[in-house]
Amino acid sequence: MDFADSPAEAEFRRRLRDWLHDNNPRLPASSTSDEYWAGQASWHRALYDGGFFGLSWPREIGGRELPTVYDVIVDEELARAGAPPRPSLGYLVHGILRHGSDDVKRRFLPGIVDGRDRWCQGFSEPDAGSDLASLRTRATPAGDEYVIHGHKVWTSYSDAADWCLLLARTDPDAPKHRGLSAFAVPMHQPGIEQRPLRMINGITKEFGEVLFDGARVPAANMIGEPGEGWRLAMTIVSHEREPGELGYVARYAKVVNELADTVREDPARFGGEQVRELAWAMVEAEMLRLHVCRRLSDRLDGTSGGPEGSVDKLLMTEAEQAVGHAALALGGAGRGGADDTWLNLYLYSRAQSVMGGTSQIQRNLVASRVLGLPSS
Amino acid sequence: MDVRLSPEQRALRDSAVQVVDRLAPAAVRDLDDTERLAKLDAAVEASGWRELRAASSPGQGPLASAVEAAIVAEELGRGLADAAFLGPTLAADLRRLAGATPSASRETVALVPDLSAPAGATGDGPGPGAVAIDARGSTAALVLLPVAGGHALAEVALPVVPGPPGGMDLTRPEVPVEPGARPVGVAGERALGAADLEAWSALGLGLACADLVGTMAGAIRLACDYARSRRQYGAAIGSFQAVQHMLADAYVATEGSRSVALYAAWGVDALPAGEALAAAALAKAYCSRAARTVCEVAIQVHGGIGNTWDCLAHVYLRRALLSIDLLGGVGPNLARVLEHHGIGGSDGLR
Repeated sequence: MDFADSPAEAEFRRRLRDWLHDNNPRLPASSTSDEYWAGQASWHRALYDGGFFGLSWPREIGGRELPTVYDVIVDEELARAGAPPRPSLGYLVHGILRHGSDDVKRRFLPGIVDGRDRWCQGFSEPDAGSDLASLRTRATPAGDEYVIHGHKVWTSYSDAADWCLLLARTDPDAPKHRGLSAFAVPMHQPGIEQRPLRMINGITKEFGEVLFDGARVPAANMIGEPGEGWRLAMTIVSHEREPGELGYVARYAKVVNELADTVREDPARFGGEQVRELAWAMVEAEMLRLHVCRRLSDRLDGTSGGPEGSVDKLLMTEAEQAVGHAALALGGAGRGGADDTWLNLYLYSRAQSVMGGTSQIQRNLVASRVLGLPSS
Repeated sequence: MDVRLSPEQRALRDSAVQVVDRLAPAAVRDLDDTERLAKLDAAVEASGWRELRAASSPGQGPLASAVEAAIVAEELGRGLADAAFLGPTLAADLRRLAGATPSASRETVALVPDLSAPAGATGDGPGPGAVAIDARGSTAALVLLPVAGGHALAEVALPVVPGPPGGMDLTRPEVPVEPGARPVGVAGERALGAADLEAWSALGLGLACADLVGTMAGAIRLACDYARSRRQYGAAIGSFQAVQHMLADAYVATEGSRSVALYAAWGVDALPAGEALAAAALAKAYCSRAARTVCEVAIQVHGGIGNTWDCLAHVYLRRALLSIDLLGGVGPNLARVLEHHGIGGSDGLR
């Protein structure tokens, strides 16, 4: 049991620290401005080309097959340098790795990992949120293609995406969980309409609606077998709940460092209640870092996914929202001057208990699958 | 980095689990079973767990790291073990830091009345209201005497308390140190400096966190068992979402606590004293907030039964309350976290 770096880990950390010294893009805090998202693609490619992204994934898709714990080092050093977090793509990679054919893996995964291709995820619909399996977007066979009709929503970064991992109903007669299939749909084609959504903090580059009206996808782009869509979706959402996969540890620590700098610069401006919110943000951000250390160490046994991901998602939400409350207390409403960064960061934090499965859905899963409580 | 327990550490945990499952109280009435208690005490004595922090040989480091001590503390907390461990362990660590020979008979440490710091003393005796914690079976308690260059260790004899022991924790009784108790025998070859006391405080906070993690896990198991068996409206109450979500939140808080507590325990021996204390303080703030809520949830899930003396839920809560107070609860430890980040003047949080 050792939290300290091995010699190889220490060497990796030193190389990364040196690299960040010269390659930090100094983007604003993620999720508070559209400028961040405009710079995210080049950050992804730079991080990958530097040898610091996709560390634990297989070599044939561009990974480096390092132990999962290296991702913690990346998160810690990104936070220390005030650099943006690593791209949150692990759940797509795991989903395609587990369910895709060799052909699908070979064609799509290298471009996801190295940042050449941008992806979005078309799961939720206006009438299928928590009850995802009731989705109604249809994919109808036509020769060696499928034709898509439907309406997706909360589709993050859809207007910047080259590809959409789409969940659609291919068998309307099958029971609702069994009639779904997944596809890699090219986004640059007629029959797809983008409608950006403006979030409560004003940003427009994150959430979107996507309308499919006769868009086409080759049958060879189906990921998994016909009817395997639900199982693929469950793989993806279980990984989407893991903070180790998402790299958010760096995001929270970066904000906490900036908030602490502000208080140190002029402590007299802040009262006990405000400083207490900062202290809790420090505690929560560090809790998440240590929790990720524990979870990624557990994965050295080769286990991954599972219902414990819901625990991780709830802890990640707790951390993000505590950091948000500190940002609000120290720089929010009326205290931020001309710059609304911290107010916006707080407002964005409210989405964490909704996206990737609401906190209420996560609690249902913890109660039934972890605690073994009876179903209602 | 690999924070999985080693095979030896897992074996230690398994042996602690066995002792607890066999001899710890399974019901409130078991707390009065002196025969069981004597067997548990003998098993803990035979295990050597109370000596884990004693010097491996004179002038050397401890026999085992704080991680091993925390593994034992967690299991004792989970099982509401009512044999002394925390107090004697902290006393052994103080003796090691001061270069003193191990005590011939069982001893513990004395703290100030609100348990937030070790009790100081003068040649006339400890300050008013000092209490010896986790004092079952101890004949003496260690206090700190100011000397040039820091503090020396001194022993005060503990009174033999007739009848049931006192304090809010029914499993780890406190004994008041008599105001007139004169320190006997200054123990140790060297004065304890600031770094020594930081390292020792980190150990105390870390063990309290581990005990809290165990206490939370035990309280949740008790509440989940009840939620599966108790029926209302024709269904187990554990099938109702309102109950499920309380227990899910309690479990999540315990898992977050487990992560910070593990790092706190590791840091005691692996980090410089100041950093170890900061890590332990951060863990203690988190675990203290979590544990009170988790134990309160365990009472709530039991409904009316949970508010009766004969339900174990309050024994978990009481054990948690003592661990929370030990070397400071939420406020003092948030202040320590801020001070470590260079934000002082946070006395308002204490």
